[in-house]
Amino acid sequence: MTFGQFLLVAVLAVPGLGAVAVAGVPADRAARLVGTVAAGLTLLAALPLAAGDRGWFAWSAGAPAVRPWHQLDVPWVPALDLRFHLGVDGISYPLVVLTALLTLLCCGYTLWRVPAGGSGRALVALLLVVEVGILGTFLALDLVLFFLFFEVVLLPMYAVIAGWGGEDRRRAARKFALYTLFGSVLLLVGVYVVVAAAGTADIVALTGGAGLSRGTQLFAFTLLALAFAVKSPLWPLHSWLPDAHTQAPTVGSVVLAGVLLKMGTYGLIRVAVGVAPEGARWAAPVLGVLAVAAILVGALVCLAQTELKRLIAYSSVGHMGFVLLGVATLTSTGIRAALIGNIAHGVITGLLFFLAGAIKDRAHTGALGELSGLRETAPRLAGLLGFAAVASLGLPGLAGFWGEAFAVIAAIEVGGPLWTTLGVLAAVGGALTAAYFLRLLRQVTHGRPSPAVGRLAPTLAGAELTAWAPLVLLALAIGLAPALVLGIAEAPVDALVEVLP
Amino acid sequence: MNGPTLLGVLLPAVPLVAGLLGLLLPPSPRGPAGGRDAGEQRARRAAIALGVTGAAGALALAVALLATLDRPVEASTTWVDLGGLRVTLGVRLDGAAALVAVAVGAVALAVQVYSIGYLKRGPHDDVDVDHRYPPYAAQISLFTAAMLLVVVAGDLLLLLVGWEVMGICSYLLIAHDRRLPEAPAAAMKAFLVTRVGDVGFLLGIALLGVSAGSFRIADVLAHDHSTGTLTAACLLLLAGVAGKSAQFPLHTWLPDAMAGPTPISALIHAATMVAAGVYAVTRLYPLFEAAPVALTVLGVLASITLLLGALAATAQDDIKRVLAWSTVSQIGYMTGALAVGAPGAALFHLLTHAAFKALLFLAAGAVIHAVGTTLMSRMGGLRRGMPVTFWCTVVGLGALAGLPPLAGFWSKDGVLAAAQAAALDGEGPTPAWVGWLVWLAGLAGVAVTAWYATRLLLRTFLGTTRVPLAHPHDPPGTLRWPVVLLAVPAALLGFAGFAGAFADRLQPTPPATPDHPSNLLPAEPLVHLAPSVVLPLVLLLLGAGSAWIRWRRDPAADPAAALGPLRPVFAAAFRLDDVQHALVVRPARALAATVRAGDERVVDGAVEGSGRAASGLGGGLAALHRAALPRAAAGVLAGALLIGLAAALIGGTS
Repeated sequence: MTFGQFLLVAVLAVPGLGAVAVAGVPADRAARLVGTVAAGLTLLAALPLAAGDRGWFAWSAGAPAVRPWHQLDVPWVPALDLRFHLGVDGISYPLVVLTALLTLLCCGYTLWRVPAGGSGRALVALLLVVEVGILGTFLALDLVLFFLFFEVVLLPMYAVIAGWGGEDRRRAARKFALYTLFGSVLLLVGVYVVVAAAGTADIVALTGGAGLSRGTQLFAFTLLALAFAVKSPLWPLHSWLPDAHTQAPTVGSVVLAGVLLKMGTYGLIRVAVGVAPEGARWAAPVLGVLAVAAILVGALVCLAQTELKRLIAYSSVGHMGFVLLGVATLTSTGIRAALIGNIAHGVITGLLFFLAGAIKDRAHTGALGELSGLRETAPRLAGLLGFAAVASLGLPGLAGFWGEAFAVIAAIEVGGPLWTTLGVLAAVGGALTAAYFLRLLRQVTHGRPSPAVGRLAPTLAGAELTAWAPLVLLALAIGLAPALVLGIAEAPVDALVEVLP
Repeated sequence: MNGPTLLGVLLPAVPLVAGLLGLLLPPSPRGPAGGRDAGEQRARRAAIALGVTGAAGALALAVALLATLDRPVEASTTWVDLGGLRVTLGVRLDGAAALVAVAVGAVALAVQVYSIGYLKRGPHDDVDVDHRYPPYAAQISLFTAAMLLVVVAGDLLLLLVGWEVMGICSYLLIAHDRRLPEAPAAAMKAFLVTRVGDVGFLLGIALLGVSAGSFRIADVLAHDHSTGTLTAACLLLLAGVAGKSAQFPLHTWLPDAMAGPTPISALIHAATMVAAGVYAVTRLYPLFEAAPVALTVLGVLASITLLLGALAATAQDDIKRVLAWSTVSQIGYMTGALAVGAPGAALFHLLTHAAFKALLFLAAGAVIHAVGTTLMSRMGGLRRGMPVTFWCTVVGLGALAGLPPLAGFWSKDGVLAAAQAAALDGEGPTPAWVGWLVWLAGLAGVAVTAWYATRLLLRTFLGTTRVPLAHPHDPPGTLRWPVVLLAVPAALLGFAGFAGAFADRLQPTPPATPDHPSNLLPAEPLVHLAPSVVLPLVLLLLGAGSAWIRWRRDPAADPAAALGPLRPVFAAAFRLDDVQHALVVRPARALAATVRAGDERVVDGAVEGSGRAASGLGGGLAALHRAALPRAAAGVLAGALLIGLAAALIGGTS
């Protein structure tokens, strides 16, 4: 077993064992501490995955389109020909690190404050289980394994929302679980179709549509894309998201928006496009149109939104629309824009949900009409909210810019009346994004303090600053040096684009 | 990295670092009671030191660059590669960039120093008002850095970074004053209107970048674009330019931006934000020259803007709004010069305008500081109490109106001469009628400008006093010196147009490459002394004279009364704000409300409905199964019968 393989196993085993340990420690605070340590160790295990021979320089004709840096491939259930096949490459690595980082920040945040509704111990254990599922999804190179990890996330997340959420948490959690379960059924059928037709579940072997007839590819892509569209979410399959995000506790919203949605876009790139490229080419215009519809609808709904967390939740619909537009172009530029857009959205929206949670916890309301004048009473919090909003509206020089601008540029690059129109509409969506974020800032930070804001203390807790600082710095760092994300994605994306018809 | 390149890189970096450090200072320190003032004073001093150092450093670097740059320089390195589209980090330095950088540095320094005195807790201020100096000074530094980035950027996307960061800084600074209820709305409007223009700007950049395979300005200029692409891209870029440079129809944000503190108005109006659009066009001028349709559109918009701004300025009562509309109008001269093929004249006017407009705003700030109001109807007779401010304003207004030999006369004459040549001789890339349009609008603008400049001077400094305060006086040193020093270039910069070296630098020349050796021909002269110069002078006297005669007749009355029924129309700037509100803002809001309702009722309604339908169906079936014994027994028997029948039928057939 090489060091890389050891790390791959550790990335999944540490949070898994951590969850068990957390459940086993009786004292609440000690258990939360154990969980945070486990999340920290996971991040430490995930970071060095980038080290070692990346194998990209030894490229040769006939090599598979997915060439992981490290992989572990052992038989799992020999009777069913199931394999435990993990691997990491430039497409999944940034997402793995983002997941590990956000989980660590959420666990650390829980050390300071446990949302009302249940014990902090259980919350941390659930977060770690969710982490195992998400990381497994990003690492799996076997379709069946991918599906299993995809499903692992569902129930713990349901419990997080239903246990620690807001007033309407049960309904929101139920909707989340049932809706995404509906997506999972499609995913299961899609996986079954692919595996049955190709005779293997190995993603490395399947990428490029090897051995699948055109009809199978179209059918499989439709099923898989629908499944991932629910998770991403793609308009009009998004309506579980606003409720779930709004009702989830702060840490739940951060994980949901930050990384859970990325399972959908990652799956679309790695599984749906990779396994059924002809289907992707066939469905790309539909995907593009829906993505732009998501951008515009998301932005317009935000413009008329009256609740803070709900607004941020809907903004995710718009931002993921840009990511999906990038994927839909099926060009190297577009897919890279999607990858960096994914990461940027995770960082920035994670930060936005942290801040929205902080404001709601302090002011005890999220209604925009009852919030105003935040910069008078809590200038630092207002400043951070301003920063996050500005980053989210895609200011050049911050992380959000690259994904959105290059999704538009990729659409223009494809050319033709349809894609040019989509590019123009997406750019207009960018202006609408600015409109609703400025409306949010004007409402919340400017003006005279409302009664709810007036009693706020100006100070921020150390735990809050610790949880937010890495996200602020990452938003700045990725904005200034997009090569941090895109440098390692270059080779795998080019390899993927090469096998597209 | 050679000398000029290093200077070019440091130019935006120095104020950027000053700005970022300034943002880390406590925004409003609150220690234990009593300790608060001391902490605030410390933070304020640190902020002043950082802000002034950043601006002074930028100015020094710009001057050094101007001195050392003997030929255009280009240097770049790959920033990120997005699938065949290369984005570079690089600088592209030429004489025009160095000159504009000097103007930016000088105005930024003046504004930083001026703000020390302007944003100080005065005796009239409410005790609770703290001006939050650290973020304010830091945002000015960031603003300066962003503008300098636009100036030196060698890549379109890098330029876009500076371009938009400037937008967000203007947003933050306009919203700075917390006592003005209209400030947040004005700030939002400024950012949103320019952002709408930036949609076009981004798309234009996308077209050019995709066509050339690179976003480096040198590559984009060198690439042979198809005519359709070029025209579309230039038209789209113009949308961004119109937004930033406040050209019709995206000019509406600029007068409202007066809600920002006066030094910020000077910064935005003189050398940064509004100049960026004009500068960006000169940067890409070879592309525009090859797309005459775009330049024609620019010429029409410029003429409209020029007259619109000048006429709107005639009827304002707020001294800052007069100056704001005059900016709109003067930028119209610059874009008009661009449209008739004279980027050198545009840049010359940009530089002189930077000097006299900064001077005018800072002088107006001194007046506002002294009398505590921005309304000219409550000023008058300030000449005796504020002689320094008065004479500086005279210089500034003279330059604005184009009074020889002040700076504005020479640069405006350059613009008019270029337009005249385009109109009469058909020179320039656009059809002659565009030349006529720009020329006639420019001439008319001269008279109107002279009229409103005279009115401003008379209403503010001469006549009887209408000031509520007893003894207005010249401002303290930190406010006075920037004004006095800016009066020097406002008066004398025009003579630089005679210097060949200066004129050479303003002509946009591509950096010399093996394929394109640098242009050794002498540049077109910037200053024209032809008989036709009499025409604008006569118009100037006409405009100024008619305002003066009106005032002589009744010094207490506003000369704007002469406008009669047009006065409210001009004061409301032809009600274009209302048009914008009716055509864009209200439909967008209504659409948003409709989409939200649709999304919640239809899209989500379908989901919730399917859930309810499923549970309803389940409930119905469950009810069917909860039956009393007789019916249940009948059901079981019927079922058995059915199965038996089926078995008999299917079994029988096989």
